[in-house]
Amino acid sequence: MIYELRDLHLSLPDMSRKPLLGAAPRIEILKGVSFDIPKGAVLGIVGGSGSGKSTLGRAMVRLLEPTSGHILFDGTDITHLSEDALRGMRRRFQMIFQDPMSSLNPRRRVGGIIAGPMRLHGMDGLRARVDEALDMVGLPRSFAKRYPHELSGGQRQRIGIARAIALRPDFILADEIVSGLDVSSQAQVLNLLQDLVADLGLTLAFISHDLSVIRRLCDRVLVLHHGQVVEQGPTADLFAAPQAAYTRELLDAIPLPDPDQVWR
Amino acid sequence: MSGFLSIRNLTVHLRGGGPILRAVTMDVAPGQVHGLVGESGAGKSMIGKAVLGTLPRALEITGGEIWLDGVDLLALAPAARRKQIGATAALIPQDPLTALNPGKRIGPQITRRLVDILGWRKSDAEARARDLLDEVHIPDPVRVMRSYPHELSGGMRQRILIASAFAAEPRLIIADEPTTALDVTVQKQILRLISDMQTRHGTALLFVTHDLGVVSKVCDTLSVLYAGKVVENARMRRFFMRPIHPYSAALLAATPIYTDPDRGLTPVPQTVIDAVEREVEHHDVRAGA
Repeated sequence: MIYELRDLHLSLPDMSRKPLLGAAPRIEILKGVSFDIPKGAVLGIVGGSGSGKSTLGRAMVRLLEPTSGHILFDGTDITHLSEDALRGMRRRFQMIFQDPMSSLNPRRRVGGIIAGPMRLHGMDGLRARVDEALDMVGLPRSFAKRYPHELSGGQRQRIGIARAIALRPDFILADEIVSGLDVSSQAQVLNLLQDLVADLGLTLAFISHDLSVIRRLCDRVLVLHHGQVVEQGPTADLFAAPQAAYTRELLDAIPLPDPDQVWR
Repeated sequence: MSGFLSIRNLTVHLRGGGPILRAVTMDVAPGQVHGLVGESGAGKSMIGKAVLGTLPRALEITGGEIWLDGVDLLALAPAARRKQIGATAALIPQDPLTALNPGKRIGPQITRRLVDILGWRKSDAEARARDLLDEVHIPDPVRVMRSYPHELSGGMRQRILIASAFAAEPRLIIADEPTTALDVTVQKQILRLISDMQTRHGTALLFVTHDLGVVSKVCDTLSVLYAGKVVENARMRRFFMRPIHPYSAALLAATPIYTDPDRGLTPVPQTVIDAVEREVEHHDVRAGA
């Protein structure tokens, strides 16, 4: 198992209810989440807005510290590891963000953006590694000289992917990375992810609200609702026979591009 | 003219720049729902904005006709045009949070148009707003009218904007990606609501969306846009059974469907893009000549 999560709880201060003086009340976002991710798996994490899927992802890559419970990454308990202790491990779990426009520094060239994290982790031969990362995501090497605003949405998202895979991580968390893209760019990015997972032996957790995308990409699915796992299992089984009422509700709500779909 | 809204060869340019809409022609029949689909940047929203007279200042209409209820809007003087649009059409916007004024209560935001522009009595406008909120299934309309936008959920805010759009009984409503910001389960409720309201009031609806799934649920007819050019006008069912233009077919093939996992990872092929780009180029050459 690359990840083992046990009874994970996470609460954050609810700033909208903070009194002028004194602490904000805490709001519990994750309410006891447990699951495993085997090495090489592609896990889809699905849920509505406010279900806690992004918070769960951020806890897994320790951008947030859980309140209680345990996260084991490749056997090491990282639940409450200090920033110093995490630094050496961070290269191994990477994240790709939803909005490439706000997650790529607009004042740096693509080459510098991809090289940045590698430099932090003390890697060498950066120029060759940047070229290689661009090759892997199917962009010309000349793109290293460009700025993010000169690229299309789909190309920018490939840069986010290149930055993550350049570090040769074991695990990548992708948070809604195709939701801002047109169907055509979306299809390209999904194809690319699928190839990279196979070629690099990656483990991937793919957070999305779109079950059609998850069906196409993931081999396992986990359905999150109000901070709890309501259902998890192999993708084919979950789609063929959804067990939880909430999963059925989600599936029934998807408008298929098919005029004969009964949608009542 | 065959439609309640008839757009003929509508051309829009960036001021001092290239074309944004290229001789767009389409019809929305009375009481029917017409979808506008295409990828981002194709100009779907700009058509709605051109009809409502809300194009960004950087753009200008350089040719064509927009017939609304038998009147060519572009032949009217600006004041008469605004009056005709205001009496006939309304908008359901995409983002319910930015469309509502965060500093004002819901009630006055619905009634303002009725009172200030259409000259209704305040009490009549308030009664009408309460009825409409009831019609869009908002519990306790009186309390909601006293609420501020931030006190309501995204789905509730979108219901309020729908109620607001129908308030003056417009005969055309333009809905610009009205469910894009919502969860699928809420989207389903809102689409059903828009459909029901549209049917009950007999309103013509121009529905801008990037989601072909949504089109197949609410539209009677549709136009597919690429680079500001209509590549296909179609009846809905025929479009999904036999899309005529290769770009339409490619767009359909790129849409993932959970019931058919082997589909939906075919990006629009470069050959199709090249072909449709050539069509656009030919159009520009002819238009320039």
